[in-house]
Amino acid sequence: MEQIIQQLINGVSLGSIYALIALGYTMVYGILSLINFAHGEIYMIGAFVGYALTTFLGLGFIPSLLISMLVCSILGMIIEKIAYKPMRNSTRIAILITAISVSLFLQYTMVYFVGPETRTFPQVLESQRLNLFNGNVILDTKNIYIFLITVILMITLQFVVKKTKVGKAMRAVSLDKDAAELMGINVNKIISYTFAMGSALAGAAGVLVGIYYNTINPLMGAGPGLKAFVAAVLGGIGLIPGAVFGGFFLGITETLVSAFGGSVYKDAVAFAILIVILLVKPTGLLGKNLKEKV
Amino acid sequence: MKKKFMAMLSLVLVLSLLAGCTSGGGTGTDTSTGSEGGDTIKIGVNYELSGAVATYGTNLNDGAQLAFEEINAAGGVLGKQFEVIVADNKSEDTEAANVSTKLATRDKVLALLGPATSGNTKAASPAANQNKIPLITASATADDVTVDANGNVREYIFKTCFNDSMQGVVMAEFALGDLATKNVAILGDTTSDYAVGLGKAFKDTFTTGGGTVVSEEAYAAGDTDFKAVLTNIKAKNPDVIYVPGYYEEVGLIVRQARELGINAPILGGDGYESPKLLEIAGKEALSDVYYSNHYSPVDTAENVVTFNKAFEAKYGKEPDSFNALGYDMVYFLKDAFERAGEADSEKLKAALEATEGFEGVTGVLSIDEKHNPVKSITIIGVNDGVKTVVKKLDPK
Repeated sequence: MEQIIQQLINGVSLGSIYALIALGYTMVYGILSLINFAHGEIYMIGAFVGYALTTFLGLGFIPSLLISMLVCSILGMIIEKIAYKPMRNSTRIAILITAISVSLFLQYTMVYFVGPETRTFPQVLESQRLNLFNGNVILDTKNIYIFLITVILMITLQFVVKKTKVGKAMRAVSLDKDAAELMGINVNKIISYTFAMGSALAGAAGVLVGIYYNTINPLMGAGPGLKAFVAAVLGGIGLIPGAVFGGFFLGITETLVSAFGGSVYKDAVAFAILIVILLVKPTGLLGKNLKEKV
Repeated sequence: MKKKFMAMLSLVLVLSLLAGCTSGGGTGTDTSTGSEGGDTIKIGVNYELSGAVATYGTNLNDGAQLAFEEINAAGGVLGKQFEVIVADNKSEDTEAANVSTKLATRDKVLALLGPATSGNTKAASPAANQNKIPLITASATADDVTVDANGNVREYIFKTCFNDSMQGVVMAEFALGDLATKNVAILGDTTSDYAVGLGKAFKDTFTTGGGTVVSEEAYAAGDTDFKAVLTNIKAKNPDVIYVPGYYEEVGLIVRQARELGINAPILGGDGYESPKLLEIAGKEALSDVYYSNHYSPVDTAENVVTFNKAFEAKYGKEPDSFNALGYDMVYFLKDAFERAGEADSEKLKAALEATEGFEGVTGVLSIDEKHNPVKSITIIGVNDGVKTVVKKLDPK
């Protein structure tokens, strides 16, 4: 019993990270129907910015988290302007290939500048171990922080999209770009905002992962980036609660697969889930069966 | 298109065949004249100086260069100076083979040193065997580097580091004897032959010695979250955990194990040797960790202390085991040249085969009939991030 509780704690912490990255994926997809494969790399750069701020400038957790989110949102907007905007009316496959190129470009630019080796992230967040059930279950305060930050960011995002003017404009652009433009919405600006917000979330995830796992490297974005993509599709790509649900679902599933002796197959299981979802319910577990407009 | 490609391919093949013939003949004549008239002994160094495992190659080369300098400053060997030709194989096996061929045929070296990894060494070996030039590797620990799949010895290939399986055996004996533990959990990297080899040797020795493997789990290189498998291991309550693998993942495993309240000793192999292990695991977590290694800078033996000082004077940092292995490899070569009596690769090979009780900073070493060394293994213990030499096991 204690073992299962411990595994659930492990799964929820892993899931929080997937959920945070998946939120950014889902936002960009929701507005542009573009799978931004460079998202995992923005997450990696967020981790490196956080590393630089804490190591070289000695900043604390909250300022480095915020600055890192800011840097990533600017980076996200630049990527959109340079790489995706000129391709906006091209075929979807062309845009997808562009996204993969951006992803590789960012990875290897970082390898060139900072080297491929693993770095250790300074421990800027005080952590304490809570012993539950006579020490048979251990809950680290870091787990709680990550979980709370994920939930807070999701609620903020949901609020922005549903209740603010920018959010209304975003939803309008996602429904029909041309009609939105005719109604006086500055589509370019809204798309920039979307990228900025999605990238800021990736930046936050990068810093949190740096603190949680203590190590960062320039290729760290590839694996979690793909997993977050699976999470986003699983929950229903384009849906904010779907991304969070998918993230937790995937995190817990992976942990349980490892718990029952399949640690080597956990990635295979994650991608098998992707295949099954795409075959059975392509709109995701929380998605409604809408007719595709494209 | 395809025809053109085939034509090109055959042209390349024919050319390389021709190149092989001419240079093969050339080496034969040149060696004899070289040994008579030349006043230097040419040595080819083939290392991973860039690419994925550049740290290994660079560190080995640093150690080797220090030894070459010392020997040349002291008058060289057989009255001649060493002339060292260093080449970078870019951490790629095809490049390792090319470099090895180039050094053997164009530069006409008398001996080849390197590469660092087992895969690259195997790729560099055919050129050494065909040109009858001894190749010495100081760090390729795979069991099949000096012996081929049929159990035949690769004639001109020598190794100065112990085999992977040796490390597993030694640590299993350490766990049974010194730590007096009976139940072990094994958590190994399934994506590396090195870790699989260590794990297998450990398991065999541990179970035949009366111990039980209570849990066997696996991970893949690049993983960052080990909490699920560690929770499984914790439930089995092992006395000791064997984690064959490399420092990046091991650092995280040690940290997460301690975070989950697992306090059993953690054992491993030479893949732990890196300052990164301490950085990643953290000072508090890195306690009760033991691993087998070639060498330790905290060793207080006299030759080790002298080497440490010389190395720090030249490079301004503490040597690691790759530096030490590179350094030893060059002295091992010098020792063989002295016993060979003249600068000739055939005589050198015979002298290498007959090596008995060579004393280096990584231990006393003799070459067995399979061209593997019989040498001492150091067990290093880490407590609160501080390393100590727990035991030095001499060859039996």
